[in-house]
Amino acid sequence: MPRTGVFICHCGTNIAATVDIDKVVEAARSFPGVVHAEDYRYLCSEVGQDLIKKAIKEHNLDRVVVGTCSPRMHENTFRKAAAEAGLNPFLLEVANIREQCSWVHRDIAEATPKAVALVRAATAKAAQNDPLEAPSMEVEKRALVIGGGIAGIQAALDIAEAGFTVDIVEREPSIGGRMAQLEKTFPTLDCSACILTPKMVEVAQHPNINLLTYSEVEQVNGFVGQFDVTIRKKARSVDATRCTGCGICHEKCPKKAPAEFEMGRSTRKAIYVPFPQAVPNVPVIDRQACLYFQKGRCQICAKECPAEAIDFEQQDELLERRYGAIIVSTGFDQMDPSGYGEYGYGQHPDILTGLEFERLFNASGPTGGKVVRFSDGKPPKKVVFIQCVGSRDKARGMNYCSKICCMYTAKQAILLKEKVPDARSYIFYIDVRAAGKGYEEFQRRAAEEYDVAYLRGQVGKIFPENDYLVVKGVDSLSGKTIEIKADMVVLAAASIARADAPVVGRILGINSDSYHFFNEAHPKLRPVETHTAGVFIAGACQAPKDIPDTVAQAGAAAAKTVSLLSKEVLQGEACTAVVNQAECSGCLYCEAVCPYGAVSAVEIEERSAGGTIKRTVAEVNAALCQGCGSCTAICRSGSINLKGFSNEQILAEVDAICLQC
Amino acid sequence: MVSIIKSRMLEEMKLQSGQDPACCYQCAKCSAACPVTAAMDLLPHQVIRYLQLGLEVELLESRTPWICASCFTCAARCPRDLDLARMMEGVRLAILRRREGNMFGPANLSPEQLAKLPQQALVSGFRKYNK
Amino acid sequence: MRYRYFPGCTLKGQAKKMEETTMAAAGALGIELQELPDWQCCGAVFPLYEDELITLLSPVRTLAAAEGDPLVSLCAACHHVLKRAQELMQRNEDARSKVTDFLEVDYNGGGRVLHFLEVLRDDLGFDKLAEMVKKPLTGRKMAAYYGCLLLRPAKVMQFDNPENPTIMEDFLKALGAEVVKTPYRTECCGAYLSVTEENVARDTSSRILDSARQVGAEGLITACPLCYYNLENCAGENDGKPVKIFYFSELLAEALGLTVEAGSAKERTGEVLP
Repeated sequence: MPRTGVFICHCGTNIAATVDIDKVVEAARSFPGVVHAEDYRYLCSEVGQDLIKKAIKEHNLDRVVVGTCSPRMHENTFRKAAAEAGLNPFLLEVANIREQCSWVHRDIAEATPKAVALVRAATAKAAQNDPLEAPSMEVEKRALVIGGGIAGIQAALDIAEAGFTVDIVEREPSIGGRMAQLEKTFPTLDCSACILTPKMVEVAQHPNINLLTYSEVEQVNGFVGQFDVTIRKKARSVDATRCTGCGICHEKCPKKAPAEFEMGRSTRKAIYVPFPQAVPNVPVIDRQACLYFQKGRCQICAKECPAEAIDFEQQDELLERRYGAIIVSTGFDQMDPSGYGEYGYGQHPDILTGLEFERLFNASGPTGGKVVRFSDGKPPKKVVFIQCVGSRDKARGMNYCSKICCMYTAKQAILLKEKVPDARSYIFYIDVRAAGKGYEEFQRRAAEEYDVAYLRGQVGKIFPENDYLVVKGVDSLSGKTIEIKADMVVLAAASIARADAPVVGRILGINSDSYHFFNEAHPKLRPVETHTAGVFIAGACQAPKDIPDTVAQAGAAAAKTVSLLSKEVLQGEACTAVVNQAECSGCLYCEAVCPYGAVSAVEIEERSAGGTIKRTVAEVNAALCQGCGSCTAICRSGSINLKGFSNEQILAEVDAICLQC
Repeated sequence: MVSIIKSRMLEEMKLQSGQDPACCYQCAKCSAACPVTAAMDLLPHQVIRYLQLGLEVELLESRTPWICASCFTCAARCPRDLDLARMMEGVRLAILRRREGNMFGPANLSPEQLAKLPQQALVSGFRKYNK
Repeated sequence: MRYRYFPGCTLKGQAKKMEETTMAAAGALGIELQELPDWQCCGAVFPLYEDELITLLSPVRTLAAAEGDPLVSLCAACHHVLKRAQELMQRNEDARSKVTDFLEVDYNGGGRVLHFLEVLRDDLGFDKLAEMVKKPLTGRKMAAYYGCLLLRPAKVMQFDNPENPTIMEDFLKALGAEVVKTPYRTECCGAYLSVTEENVARDTSSRILDSARQVGAEGLITACPLCYYNLENCAGENDGKPVKIFYFSELLAEALGLTVEAGSAKERTGEVLP
């Protein structure tokens, strides 16, 4: 018979107001094996914990039951206290008599017997508990950052500065991401390249950072501390060790293709660097566009290259690396607004998205920095901006607010006025969202000092007439319909998750919201962690966000990564599944349902009547098992048990609950 | 000055049309899309606003629900997935069901009009004004 | 290709031309349109209040009369009402049992409900149609006018992209016409406001005609008798070259080399007017 101690917490009045504590303590004294029972106002306090520790020693307790709040709140607190008193922490059980009892009932006469039943169940379970040990695991002191935009750059720099090695895997030929596409940043109007480029260079030069551009993560195995990652380094067709970045190859290349960096609004060559400040400044051959790869002739780049760096034979390379932690910073896409037929995007060259318009200001953009119309090369005098194209739209777009559009539109209207002084901007908006340091003031400046007409309402129709675009909208504040003969229309298209975010999520085993943005572990208290230990998120892959928020989140993810990598060993999960291989029939349903790949088939030898036979059974890798219990639920012969939640323990609880008071 | 009240008409409209004006955030896309706003005394989004505020009397007097031609452009573009055409029908029916007799019928048209107008127009026109 | 055919009131009156030309063209294309016996008015408008079940009786009766065969109509309004009534019957079990009990018919929401243009596009195919054209409309600048009822609500009608439809333009191309697009092709003509608010309907219709003129259209096709009426009503009024209004079927018959005499359809179907 175990020697069990029961401790009931009042939680101030949280429990005591709805549960008769004295009755629960009195009832507990009669439970089998209970040798001690008492109550206290706040058991989670230091005094309360000492009380438990003292009782363990005084009464020589070998099981402890605490009737208190949810185990999610304080199970760890009490288990630690028990351990300090020399008791294996897994011999302590929590009965949740707050969230599952006092908080959900009003009547003390009903809540009290329920609390008694819950404590009785926990006592019965505790009697079945075995001491458990959490396995310890080594930590690979190297981090992986997936995505080399401003989030990934910042995170990598912070980790590298803390003294750990970090690899950045970037899909595009250069790091820089969306921020590299921007001309200026709100609300300070800093030149985007001027503040980003130094960081990109720092990344390239940092001794602790390895840059893997034009590369993608293909597979992730393992677990926190020991992720085994397969990275595909796509064939660049250029030997990076030889290339000097002179640029002759793309100057001479005869084949053009749409420039991704310019949102397809201009062309690049088949061999190209996406933008002048690219890091690394090593070109890539786009094999889908290249004449040599498509038609077997040309090779002009190879003939012209003074460094003999062109390598048509280069193959994709698969790298296998181990990392202790992973930061996901894969960024966002801009929605294609051509689904909104009334706006005519894609039907007329002077109807642009916000990002396309941004590129007009850039000296290396499609118009060489001149703000002019694609249709006739003339500077636009009347520009209509439309907010919330695809955002806040649950019928045809995304239900959420894209967060950055109000501010970048105000910025673009200001920039327009500076470039084309006699231009006027008209902004159709639903609500102006300018929450952020200096944001409200910035937006007001646009309205007050830059002659921007803010029209509260939306646009119903845009169509070309003569050499302008007729924009028909409404201003809801005046209740007037409005027609503007505009030279250009800019659509603030929604920021959306990357098209392949679900694939990335699957590879990493992290989950997403219904829009495919990656989920944080807790919306308030764990904003950069995911539900998978050791995988962190930063930037717009989690939700649309501006640069300051992205950089702050990247720093936070780096801090979490550094604190993880600083540990010599990690405590693993103690409550893992075990297979009773003598009973296992080898159906391997458990293998199919395990979300962590922790179950595998093994062959065992068994002695049978006529000698030994071989049989396939399941085996659980305790290092990978996260204790979710899926395997135990599906096991038909009941031969898998979860330590700490065995079938016997759970049935003991059920039996105890079913006993009449 | 108006007082904001819980409107019976609104409750009835919500139930029968399946549309809840509370879902509208007044972006006025409906008004921007509507082809017949020129003849309206309240813009379409203002009708929803009046419904939100329970301004029944004002709505019952408005010309707008009768100008609405049920072309469904508003519903096709509403970012809140509301069907304003159904709400307009709700306001019209609230008026029709509260009064005696029909509002408009063959007697209101001249023989020339009756001969000229297609049957489709007559039937739909009468339906709009009759219980 | 055999279909049940629901004409609707207007096609036996003001829009007789649409029926006659369609019947002639269908014959030439090998499409059999079998008129439903004892049909009655579709109700002209789809009830937007879900307790207005009485208005559903007529379209549901029509749907049930098709006995599961594909049901074709020509008038955009009839097609709209039938299609939406069908969708309501599929979606709302309560309404379905009330209406079918009352009518004493067995209808579970099944059967294809088609506009004749959909038959041409999906069943015959515009490619095939183009091959059968005898007198292509070469050099004729034509614009399509869709109006509201065929396109919206798109989720129910499933006729075409509600903002950027192509079916009528593709149809015109198949007939060999030169296609021009007006930005007002999906906007309302004013509909039955011509009964009570004629000026409003005039405004909306002349805006459509103006824009058609501006893009250089000599003619505008429609599939709706009411659109036809409203547009025709102010076709002569505006400045500039007049834009001629056609039922899509008129051009179809013409391109197939058919001359359609007034009154021909009635004689062929042998039906008595309701």
